[in-house]
Amino acid sequence: MSKSKFRTDFKIVRDMEKCIKCQACARVCSNDAHVYDNESNSIISYNDKCVGCHFCEDLCPTGALTIKRNIPEIKFNSHWDSYSVYNIIKQAETGGVLLTGMGNDKPFKEYFDHIVLNASQVTNPSIDPLREPMELKTFIGKKPDKIELKYEPYKLEYNKPELKIINYKISTKMPPQLVLETPIMFSAMSYGSISLNAQKSLAKAATEFGTMWNTGEGGLHEDLKPYSKNVIVQVASGRFGVDIDYLESAAAVEIKIGQGAKPGIGGHLPGEKVDTEVSKTRFIPIGSDAISPAPHHDIYSIEDLKQLIYALKEATRYQKPVGVKIAAVHNIAPIATGAVRAGADFVVIDGMRGGTGAAPTVIRDNVGIPIELAIAVVDQRLRDEGIRQQASLIAAGGFRSSADIIKAIALGVDAVYIGTSALISLGCHLCQKCYTGKCNWGIATQDPYLTKRLNPEIGAKRAYNLLRAWSLEIKEMLGGMGINAIESLRGNREQLRGVGLSELELKLLGIKHAGEAW
Amino acid sequence: MKKIVINEEYCIGCRLCEVYCVSQHSKSKDIIKTFKSSEDRPVSGIVFEENGYTTFALQCRHCKESPCTTACLTSAMYKNNNEIVLHNKEKCVGCWMCIMVCPFGIIKPDLKNKKVASKCDLCIGREVPVCVEHCPNEAIVLKEK
Repeated sequence: MSKSKFRTDFKIVRDMEKCIKCQACARVCSNDAHVYDNESNSIISYNDKCVGCHFCEDLCPTGALTIKRNIPEIKFNSHWDSYSVYNIIKQAETGGVLLTGMGNDKPFKEYFDHIVLNASQVTNPSIDPLREPMELKTFIGKKPDKIELKYEPYKLEYNKPELKIINYKISTKMPPQLVLETPIMFSAMSYGSISLNAQKSLAKAATEFGTMWNTGEGGLHEDLKPYSKNVIVQVASGRFGVDIDYLESAAAVEIKIGQGAKPGIGGHLPGEKVDTEVSKTRFIPIGSDAISPAPHHDIYSIEDLKQLIYALKEATRYQKPVGVKIAAVHNIAPIATGAVRAGADFVVIDGMRGGTGAAPTVIRDNVGIPIELAIAVVDQRLRDEGIRQQASLIAAGGFRSSADIIKAIALGVDAVYIGTSALISLGCHLCQKCYTGKCNWGIATQDPYLTKRLNPEIGAKRAYNLLRAWSLEIKEMLGGMGINAIESLRGNREQLRGVGLSELELKLLGIKHAGEAW
Repeated sequence: MKKIVINEEYCIGCRLCEVYCVSQHSKSKDIIKTFKSSEDRPVSGIVFEENGYTTFALQCRHCKESPCTTACLTSAMYKNNNEIVLHNKEKCVGCWMCIMVCPFGIIKPDLKNKKVASKCDLCIGREVPVCVEHCPNEAIVLKEK
């Protein structure tokens, strides 16, 4: 066998003055990058096995370990960078498709970083959210086209005609709504792709905070039934775990058509990850590959989509919102309108920075469009067609901070899904090795040695804290703009200005350039 | 009385509890110093159990009816006013009866000095024992019982 020419990106630096040989690093590394040698009483670290998850670094009691980026340096070449060269080397050795996890990491333009927010000065008062009420409550679902009021004479117990009060009641029947305490929900991450402890952490945090978490396409584990009041269940092309109990226990149903990290690509959960619990939850045999086809084989048109939406609405007796999740691609605006006209109560758009448990690198890095542009064009198209109220709009894919979220809301979405940032709150360090099933943080794995590393009590606290912190920041920013309810910011693009964007970009985003007044 | 409770389903098997226990019971109380100078290194009061992926760290349970204090000839193993089982090295004659009777096997012998080497003292003087404070996954917690 010829020697591998592949080099990894990390270097393990061990400060021998600090290392006490406690072997914690050797015990916990799932990639065997640290190995304790009994004979020489020493710990040997292998750079080529390190994936850069930083678990050992965080655990080391004396701070003796540092994981450094160590990208193999070939002769400088602005076209043939080290990344491309080593990918070719890897493929020359394996002959396979390069796999990866998490979201697109390429240096595409970050539109959020080219958008700035407004604030009140002199002519309109800003609001202090610590002293005045600030409303983040969000309703997800179809809104009626108009509100009809019905006159009902108020009946007084004793007959006094001068006390006759005119009383109006809303006679319009409100379609089912999801009520969120904050416009931030947890993205769909299936049991199978992430561990039960990771799902439990998110479920607990969402329930405590009064927002939603999402099962993903892997079914609802029975341990998570207590959190089903706050769950959006997914019906994807594999139909894993879908039965009437699943649909009935949920707060809403989401049809997954596509995923931002891999539009047009299905899913493949390898058989090794399908243990007893995953098999029970997904309704598939133990050890069998769980394959989600790329398309839904019963959906080849908007009309077909309508059939599934209404089948699910029938099944849930029109008591729950039914939505559609699509990846942001070139034709996103007409597709989203189609979904709304097909009867979706909410449409989720997943941008190209959206994460995944496994995807071909070439797809993740090259397919899809930025979420900022997708939000703007979809919101505008729905408004132009006069059907914006028929569905709520949810954006997903790479929200890094509360500022990204508030900008997305001002561009026109009702709420956002956070996935990657939620996992970071649980410990994830974005090593992008989710597909190996060796996640040291106990998130993207089903290995019992590793899943127990994520204590759902701690995880729930941390995910809750993230929701709380971002909600407080959103309130601060709203207050600065002189707005006291998130409803008043939704689609309020006058609060945004572009910096360093071209005319076309500004037009697509529907915002003015910084410097332009109202 | 607060006792140490083990959540073995969240023990990641890093054995940092032992590292902190040893350094806490050393003279310097500094991890690097304790482990780098071999003279001053006490034995940890923790017994680490491992079978497959199930791991946990066991300390003295400070039993209500403690066999070790009953079996001790010299009252070297005794209970203080707070119901904490402690060991007095001065009085210990090294008969190791306590080791024989401990139902959890958490008392460790000192083969060289023929005495009892280590036993959890709940880090007396500290509000929270070091193993609880430094457990990275809250697998060891202090709870009122």
